[in-house]
Amino acid sequence: MLEKHKKIERNSILMLVLTVITISIGGLIEIVPLFRMETTIEPVKGVRPYTPLELAGYNVYLKEGCYNCHSQQIRALRDEVERYGHYSLAAESMYDFPFQWGSKRTGPDLARVGGKYSDEWHVEHLIKPQDLVPESIMPSYKHLSKNIITLRDIDEHLSALRMIGVPYSDAMIENATVDAHVQAMDEHDNQYAFEERYGRVSMRNFDGQPETTEMDALVAYLQMLGTTAELNDYKAESLKRREEK
Amino acid sequence: MNSTFVKPKYNDDVVKLFTMASIFWGVTGFLVGVFIALQMAFPVLNFGEYLTFGRLRPLHTSAVIFAFGGNVLFATSYFIVQRTCGTRLWGDRAANFTFWGYQLFIVLAAVGYLTGVTQGKEYAEPEWYADLWLTIVWVMYLIVFMMTLRNRTEPHIYVANWFFLAFIVTVAVLHLANNVSIPISITSTKSYPLWGGVQSAMIQWWYGHNAVGFFLTAGFLGIVYYFVPKRANRPVYSYRLSILHFWSLIFIYIWAGPHHLHYTALPDWAQTLGATFSIILWMPSWGGMINGMMTLSGAWHKLREDPVLKFMIVSLAFYGMSTFEGPLMSIKTVNALSHYTDWTIGHVHSGALGWVAFISFAAIYHMVPVLWKKKGLYSTKLVNTHLWVATIGIVLYISAMWVSGIMQGRMWRSYDAMGFLEYSFIETVAAMHPYYVIRAMGGGLFLIGALIMVYNIFKTITATASSKIANEPAEEASC
Repeated sequence: MLEKHKKIERNSILMLVLTVITISIGGLIEIVPLFRMETTIEPVKGVRPYTPLELAGYNVYLKEGCYNCHSQQIRALRDEVERYGHYSLAAESMYDFPFQWGSKRTGPDLARVGGKYSDEWHVEHLIKPQDLVPESIMPSYKHLSKNIITLRDIDEHLSALRMIGVPYSDAMIENATVDAHVQAMDEHDNQYAFEERYGRVSMRNFDGQPETTEMDALVAYLQMLGTTAELNDYKAESLKRREEK
Repeated sequence: MNSTFVKPKYNDDVVKLFTMASIFWGVTGFLVGVFIALQMAFPVLNFGEYLTFGRLRPLHTSAVIFAFGGNVLFATSYFIVQRTCGTRLWGDRAANFTFWGYQLFIVLAAVGYLTGVTQGKEYAEPEWYADLWLTIVWVMYLIVFMMTLRNRTEPHIYVANWFFLAFIVTVAVLHLANNVSIPISITSTKSYPLWGGVQSAMIQWWYGHNAVGFFLTAGFLGIVYYFVPKRANRPVYSYRLSILHFWSLIFIYIWAGPHHLHYTALPDWAQTLGATFSIILWMPSWGGMINGMMTLSGAWHKLREDPVLKFMIVSLAFYGMSTFEGPLMSIKTVNALSHYTDWTIGHVHSGALGWVAFISFAAIYHMVPVLWKKKGLYSTKLVNTHLWVATIGIVLYISAMWVSGIMQGRMWRSYDAMGFLEYSFIETVAAMHPYYVIRAMGGGLFLIGALIMVYNIFKTITATASSKIANEPAEEASC
C-alpha cells in the first residue's frame, strides 16, 4: 500500500482527481435516485403551489429566519403525531424552494399550524408573543404590521419558479400582483377571477389593516401551512400493501 | 541545516493578514454567539427589526464557521504549504486577491443577513451574488494552492496538504451543487434554488454535514498533521495510519448527511444509509485522533511546559469525544430523542469550540511569533489561563445543553397516567431557562478566553527586541 501510495503523493493532479472521485461516490448514490419522483414523493391529492400572497409570506418567513427556531416536519413518531397532527408527507413541501423542514424546535413545529389559531391570534402573537404566551421566548415582529409588502415584482418570483418546474399558468403570472392584493381583502370584484386560478383559497384581510403588509402575507402563509393535502384519502403505500394481503 | 541551503523567501504577508482577520472575526463571532445565547434566556434582548434571534443566528454561525474558521484555514494552509513544499506561495497578487475577496464575501453575507437577504438554508444563507463571488475567490484559492504544490522542491506532498487539498476541492463541489439557483431578475437579491422539497432537504444536508466534514474537519486535520509534530518535535505517529485516515475519512464522510433527516419524509433507504455510514465514520475519526495524540509518544513531558501543545491535545480529546457523540446521535432511535433539541446544539459546540477553535488557537499561538519574527509569545502563562477559562466555558456550555436537550426531548414524549401528552410545548420551553443562562455563562467564559488571547497576541506583535519575552523554542530549527 505504501509503495503504491507514493505515486499519488508525488503527483498533485492525480491526488486532486482521486480525491474528487472518492468524495463523489456517496453523494451521487444518495442524491440521484431521489429525482425519480414517483418513489420519492408519494401521491396525495390537494397539494397546490402557493398563491402570490402566500409566496410573499413564505419569503417573509425566510427573511426573518423563522426556520432557525421552528421546524416544518412532523416525524412519524407517536407523540409528534398526537401533538401536531398527521406526519409530514414529501408532497407537502414539494413547492418549497428551498424546503423549510428546519433542524431545531425552540418553538413548536409549524407544518400544520394552518387553521389552528385565528388571524387575530397570529397578528397579536407576532406583535408581542408574551401577551398571549407569557413564557414565550420568541422575539417581537411588530415591524411586519408596518412594512408594506413588496408585490410589484411578485410576477418575477412566479416566473422564476415556473422555470424550475412549479406549474404556474400565464394568467397566474400576469395577474400575480393584483391577485396578491385581492387575497388580502375581505371582498373585491376580482375575487372570482382569483378563485378561478387558484381554487378555494382563504381570502380575507388577514391583519385588519387597509394596506397589504408583510403581516398579511405571513399570516396568509401560516394559515395555509399543512391544510392543502387531503390526508383523509391518503394511505401510506406500506399500509395499502398490508391490506391487500 | 546545510549551510549552502538557501531558505526560500516565504510569502508571510498574506498569512499575517489572514491571521489578523481570523482573530478579529473569531471575537466578533463569539460575541454574537454570547448575545444570541442571552436572547434565548432573556427575550427582551431582541431589538427591533434587524437584531432579532432569527437574523443574528445565521450571522453567528457564518461568522464563526466561515469568517473565523475560513480565515484560520487560509492562514494555516498558506503557512504550511510553503514550508512543507520548500517554496514560496504561488502568485502574490492572486493570494492577496483571495484575502480581500474572502473578506468582501463575509461582509456581503453579513449585511444580507441583517437586512433579511437570505436563501433560508442553514450554513448556506448567502444569496446568489455572494455565492458567485465566493466561487471566484475559491477557484483562485485552489489555483494558488495547486500551483504551490506543483512548484514544490520536495518530491512528496506532505500529509497536511492532502487534507487541505481535499477540503478546498470538496467545499467547491458542495458550494456549487447546493447553491444552483435562479435569480428572479439580475437586479434583485432574491433567487430560488433549483431543488425544492425533499430533494433540497437531502442536498442541503449533504452540503451541511460535509461543511462539518470538510470545512470544519478535513482542513483542521491538516493543521493537526503539521503543527502537532512541529510543536512536539516528533514525526507523525504512523504514516500508514495517515494514509488510511485520509482516504477513509473523505470517502465515508460524504455519506453521513441523511442522519439530519431521520423519520422525516426523506425515503427510509437514504436515512438508513446515512446512519450506517455515520457509525462507520467513528473509526476513521478516532484513527485520526490517535494518530495526532500518539505523535506525542516520548514527548508527553512537553505538555507540562508548553500550553500551546496542551491546547492541541485538549482539542484532539474534544475531537474524539464529539466524533463519538456524533455517530451515537445518528442512530435512529437516539436521534428520535435528540433531534430538534439542544443536544444537537451542544454536540456542535463541543466540536466547534473544543476541537475547531482550540486547534485554531494553538495554530495562531504557534504562527504569530514565527510570522512577526519574535522569539516567543508575550506570555505562556496567559496561554494557560486562556486554555482553562475556555475549557471551563465549554464544559458549562455542553453540559447545560445535554441536560436541556435530553430533558426537553423526554418532556415532549412524556405521557400522563391517562395516556395524554403530559406537557404543553410552552412548559418545555419554560423548563429550558436555567440551562440557557448557564449556556450563556459558558459562552461568556469562552469569549473572555479569546480576549485574553487577543491581548497576548497584541503584546507579542508589538514587543520590541529589548522587551522581555518568554523564552520559547523558536520555530524553523529544521524545515
